[in-house]
Amino acid sequence: MAFARTERHLLKARDLADARYFEPLSVEDLARAASMSRAHFSRAFRSAFGESPHAYLLTRRLERAASLLRSTDRSVTEICFAVGLQSVGSFTTSFTRTYGMSPTAYRAAHPPAAHHAGRHAGEVRAYARPKRRTFREDSAAVHS
Amino acid sequence: MRISATQLWVHDQDEALEYYTKKLGMEVRSDVTLPEMGNFRWLTVAPPGQEDAAITLMAIPGPPVMDEETRQQVEALMAKGFAGAVFLTTDDVRADYEELRSRGVEFTEEPEERPYGIDTGLRDPSGNHLRLTQVTMAGV
Repeated sequence: MAFARTERHLLKARDLADARYFEPLSVEDLARAASMSRAHFSRAFRSAFGESPHAYLLTRRLERAASLLRSTDRSVTEICFAVGLQSVGSFTTSFTRTYGMSPTAYRAAHPPAAHHAGRHAGEVRAYARPKRRTFREDSAAVHS
Repeated sequence: MRISATQLWVHDQDEALEYYTKKLGMEVRSDVTLPEMGNFRWLTVAPPGQEDAAITLMAIPGPPVMDEETRQQVEALMAKGFAGAVFLTTDDVRADYEELRSRGVEFTEEPEERPYGIDTGLRDPSGNHLRLTQVTMAGV
């Protein structure tokens, strides 16, 4: 039985961002998953979840990139593509704006031995979402 | 004291029952309807082999148990995916991931290596968040 309410459609889009962030997903793709126009979708998403869909998708990617920087020795370029971003320049800029240091500096500051996460499973992932966000929805075009 | 069951709100108990048993492979532990309590239905499920703890799939009550405004708030939180979560663990998350997918379970996160283990996310038809994790870190 379908439970049709706006938030449920928005959640479908948010789940898509979480599930397929490593693909070249755009806000248009998310809007399609929610069966809404891009403009209406962005407004509704922000109203439900407190941030734009572009920011949500980007922070998911950056959070995963940070995890890969900490736990693997893959190159910054490789990690950039592995999280669905297509420009190393924009990746480095967004990452630095969010984490306060470049990907390379971040890796140096978080050696693998620093894994002390004692909290339970998935909540770590949820709480690992970076909080410093100054992205503007308009910059989505740059990434898509 | 021991945990016997914990509760998830569901929009439709039959739909939830189908998902948790046919798709996730859990078993029904109790399915009791009490006519003397307004047809209240106590419905619990648990994974095969786990006898001492279950998930109660609870319908959202209407008045007088829950007033209309509260019911709407609960429904809104469920629709946003923030009304509850269950953490499941397994010995081989990649094998489970493949098997569950073949049964039509949609994952919100593919298996990913995390500091504490290999983690996946999924969502039940009511919007509840489930995680299935192969824990590799002691004490988590």
